[in-house]
Amino acid sequence: MNSITIDALNLYYRELNFKIKEAVRKEGIKKVIIKNARGQRFIGTGLKEKDVEIIIESGVPGNDLAMFMDGPTVKVFGNAQDGVGNTMNNGKVFIHGDAGDVICYGMRNGKIFIKGNVGYRVGIHMKEYKDMIPSIVVGGKAGDFFGEYMAGGIGVVLGLNNDDKPIVGRYCATGMHGGVIYIRTEKIPTYLGKEVKIFELNESDKEKLKSLIEEFCQEFKEYKAEDILKSRFIKLIPVSKRPYGRLYSPGNHFPLPEENYFSNKKIDIEKKYY
Amino acid sequence: MYEHNKAKEETELFLNNYFRVIKAEEIPTKQIPEIKSSPLHYRYFIEIVDNKKTGSLSLLTEEDYVVNRVVYINKNIEGAFVVSSGKNFGAFKGVGFPEDISKFFMLENYKAYAWTAHNRFPTNTPGWWGGAHPFTLLDFSIVHNGELSSYGINKRYVEMFGYECTMLTDTEVVAYLVDLLVRKHGLPFKTVCDIFSPPTWDVIQNMEDIKLKEYYKTLRIVYGSALLNGPFAFIIGFNGGLIGLSDRIKLRPLVVVESGNTVYLSSEESSVLEVCDKIDRVYHPEAGEPVFIFYNDYKGE
Repeated sequence: MNSITIDALNLYYRELNFKIKEAVRKEGIKKVIIKNARGQRFIGTGLKEKDVEIIIESGVPGNDLAMFMDGPTVKVFGNAQDGVGNTMNNGKVFIHGDAGDVICYGMRNGKIFIKGNVGYRVGIHMKEYKDMIPSIVVGGKAGDFFGEYMAGGIGVVLGLNNDDKPIVGRYCATGMHGGVIYIRTEKIPTYLGKEVKIFELNESDKEKLKSLIEEFCQEFKEYKAEDILKSRFIKLIPVSKRPYGRLYSPGNHFPLPEENYFSNKKIDIEKKYY
Repeated sequence: MYEHNKAKEETELFLNNYFRVIKAEEIPTKQIPEIKSSPLHYRYFIEIVDNKKTGSLSLLTEEDYVVNRVVYINKNIEGAFVVSSGKNFGAFKGVGFPEDISKFFMLENYKAYAWTAHNRFPTNTPGWWGGAHPFTLLDFSIVHNGELSSYGINKRYVEMFGYECTMLTDTEVVAYLVDLLVRKHGLPFKTVCDIFSPPTWDVIQNMEDIKLKEYYKTLRIVYGSALLNGPFAFIIGFNGGLIGLSDRIKLRPLVVVESGNTVYLSSEESSVLEVCDKIDRVYHPEAGEPVFIFYNDYKGE
């Protein structure tokens, strides 16, 4: 067994992260199990090793879990706090509980799967470049400002738990100018960002969603992918690639969105919601 | 809290002039190497005497009388600051790591139904003994994570009612606002939280419940100067329990953890694990959603 167990009780965050890095880089350990996490920040930060697994077995990891991470897989068997996957470059994160605010801020690639709810500003400023397309799947519900200023990537909210909160909070996709959001709902989120419109999913959307949800259900076994995929989803995409271009440059010298910019059929939604 | 002996002499003269001091003693502290220098800490148990010397108490409530004296000491006696002025209530604050401050004040010797603890990393205002949290007035205390962009407006507002901001930190204004709104204006805590952290105008505009809409509109118009803007999550302590509140767009975290009969409020869930073995329930309040933790025998609201 090429694995190591670290008891994080009373360990300062720098000590813990040093131990993880030593184990992975010097000893070639492939599986790091952490017990009794006590809010140590930056667990998994900057690790580049693709086949490494970091498992947080008990306790609660601190803020900025998997920040700048570039390859490994992190699993948390409990709740996580704020800032998970901050500017993450690659790899996977699975959280078997809730997560806090500002998850996957500025994320560049990789995947984050959260079984429970997430807080506010999740997916803020996610970006993409060529084949680097980050994604986040939230099993529960999301707070306000989901996908705020999103510039790329895929955000999925499934709302599988039964509390009476709305599936996404207010001001979803405000300032969004790239990427796509899929929400398992038939209702229009309140105070939706002015920069996005709602569309129905096309075949390529359905394929993307299917592969993400299958991966989600592989980890969180109480959910069945085919059941989830039966539900109706809405898709949010920005209608302008550069909504603020005109604010900062004089003249009107870049193309405005064309009428047939999106070939998708619009869901018939009453005008008053916009 | 005295910065020098002269402040103590002056304050004691003042106290003897306006109160009957039943007991005066130095607050027990332990000298430890981690705390290199500290001001003087004294506590006084006092009684208000209604006679000519103290002025016409009949026009003031006992609480007003105390508040006026507290404001006077903080403002006019150089080097003297009132850290705590409540009943069955105490505040310990200082410059140092929290564990060292707790050793310094020998907190192991105190017992209470509710505790708030705070570790401040001063960024915008000076770090000094009086600038540490909590900020208190009478039986209200506040610990705060964040900053108040509305400090100027709030400060001017409370100054109109005779309060003075003397601690050089934005948070103290909330203690005075709570005292003003709860004690003097008689508002319930729920309303006070709605004043501090109200819905935005566009949300109010679209409210279907007309009564609720009018309620929030009224609060924002009448108490606009008491609205707290900027990132914050804070815990108010009072003689009936604790109240947690975050700003209306949740720029600071707040989590509620239940364990048996005990409730914890914290910025991070992990910090609760340090002091609690068995977590029954974790709850993440929404932005601006107040969390009320009342003692079982609390009669209010």
